[in-house]
Amino acid sequence: MTSPLEQKKIKIAGPSIVTANRTWDGIVVYRTAAKSWSVDLSEAAIVRNSDEAKALLAESVADDVGAIGPYIAPVQIGDDGKIVPGNLREQIRRTGVTIGQPAQV
Amino acid sequence: MYAYDEIDRTLVNERVSEFRDQVKRRLSGELTEDEFKILRLQNGVYLQLHAYMFRVAIPYGTLATNQLRALAHVARKYDRGYGHFTTRQNIQFNWIKLAELPDALEDLAKVGIHAMQTSGNNMRNVTSDQWAGVAPGEIEDPRIWSELIRQHTTLHPEFSFLPRKFKIAITASDHDRAAIKIHDIGLRLIKNEKNETGFEVLVGGGLGRTPFIAKTIKHFVHGRDILSYIEAILRVYNQYGRRDNIYKARIKILVHELGIEKFSREVEDEWQHIRNSSLQIDDEVIEDIRSRFTYPAYEKLPHMPDELRQAAADPDFEAWRKNSVAPHKVQGYSIVTISLKPIGAPPGDATAEQMDALADLADKYSFGEIRVGHEQNLALPHVAKRDLPALWKALDKLGLATPNVNLITDIIACPGLDYCSLANARSIPIAQELTRRFANHELANLIGRLHINISGCINACGHHHVGHIGILGVEKNGEEVYQITIGGRADENAALGTLIGPGVKFDEVADVIEDVVEAYLALRERPEELFMDTVKRLGVEPFKERVYATR
Repeated sequence: MTSPLEQKKIKIAGPSIVTANRTWDGIVVYRTAAKSWSVDLSEAAIVRNSDEAKALLAESVADDVGAIGPYIAPVQIGDDGKIVPGNLREQIRRTGVTIGQPAQV
Repeated sequence: MYAYDEIDRTLVNERVSEFRDQVKRRLSGELTEDEFKILRLQNGVYLQLHAYMFRVAIPYGTLATNQLRALAHVARKYDRGYGHFTTRQNIQFNWIKLAELPDALEDLAKVGIHAMQTSGNNMRNVTSDQWAGVAPGEIEDPRIWSELIRQHTTLHPEFSFLPRKFKIAITASDHDRAAIKIHDIGLRLIKNEKNETGFEVLVGGGLGRTPFIAKTIKHFVHGRDILSYIEAILRVYNQYGRRDNIYKARIKILVHELGIEKFSREVEDEWQHIRNSSLQIDDEVIEDIRSRFTYPAYEKLPHMPDELRQAAADPDFEAWRKNSVAPHKVQGYSIVTISLKPIGAPPGDATAEQMDALADLADKYSFGEIRVGHEQNLALPHVAKRDLPALWKALDKLGLATPNVNLITDIIACPGLDYCSLANARSIPIAQELTRRFANHELANLIGRLHINISGCINACGHHHVGHIGILGVEKNGEEVYQITIGGRADENAALGTLIGPGVKFDEVADVIEDVVEAYLALRERPEELFMDTVKRLGVEPFKERVYATR
């Protein structure tokens, strides 16, 4: 399996975060500036260039017990400083499925 | 039903203990994710967008009621109260916690269920006709041979590290309900001129990025030779199959690149070396497997009981019966398909409560047996016709009597971007909207047999290539875009659909499908001409014109 760190170039087009899934239960988590994981996107560390992204990804990959499959994902930051996912996939990961779940309908 | 022996029970229990230890070591950090990944995949555990996904094997789509109750238990205790039946006759749970997986596996093992061969580059769970053993006119029960292959391939080292995953499907009927032509190996049970049982063997079918319809590699392989012949195919694949490029690693690519003639010569050469080996199957082995399948003690019942005659006056019952009830090989009995496609709901999902209640109904009306079909519906294979009205009422109370089997709202859909980490676009909301558009069952019946298949990425878990109407979701410039094909089919006349034009946006898909259907209704020569017949007669052009003329 190719490690994310072996990617030749890590390019980011704007503010980005590192996200993964927590190892013991698989739920979505975000890498924080405190070198930990949070389920709250607002606590995610923001990176703004490739070097920062690579460094954040490297420390995330190193924490293999805490979370799995870390990768860089785009975000948007509103005027109020609120972090929102930068694409539909990350929106769905943050807010859940866009459909009703059978047991709840 | 098939009764597992002590070897199977030991294997399944040992597997649970082994995986429990592996999970423990993973959570402690003793195993890295790179080391653990292949181990979890060998136990059906994927990582999806929101959580781990746990895929459980339902070999050849046959379930006993205690097994269905165990699946309901897992849904309730370890997941979010529902499961998703897949196009490979499996069930998936979408919200499972890794730390709890060993317990879930242990609970399933108590009723002989496991997750082996549901993922990874190995020989996957063998699939078959969900009407196996009860369909009129079938050569014999294909599950006997499915079980033989299951026993031979489970954890077989030669099949555990293949270039890519490998799927086998078996049918024994003229009408192929197992979609054998879109599998790596498709087996069709036949009799030769000496009335001996054997197989037409097809190879190299598959969907995904590069779809192919399987080609016949041998017109008759005697039953006693089927394991050696399959092994010969696998050996040629193992030798020549590409391991350097995941997109070119399936056997379909090898068959295509070598050509079926050269590929079959290679297989024949290999086969001659091994066909008279220990792989030749003794009759006693088959008879032992056959003896472990138990069949109901059917009663002698009338073809048309009074209960059915009286119920026929109820148009709602008749609407359901017409689409959901099929002839059985034994007089007085029927095969009942349970639609898991209620209007507005995700295709293939069932709640724990529905599973439990259906298990009760299967005990009461179907000799304790349930089947899973690749169309993501369930079936009760042994229902006395006199019981059909009572069963229908009970199913209706559970939301399981939608009269849409084989109609336009009986949609196959993958989980798509709502769940799947591979997906580029959502599938389920498209299916939901389409079922709402065609919710009027009279309209659906007027349209007639029409299969819509939806995939949220090119991997084609929703079998979009072989949908009468296929919908493929892709991502373009950050937006979900859907490509529409028509004319595909997955049966004995399997064919790949043809793209009708440029992709359309998420919000436009249902409108486009309505246009396609309206075009069909206007173009068909008579009500009996099915959608596929019209497409075959006229090609895609009239549909393309209709869809894109105003877009």
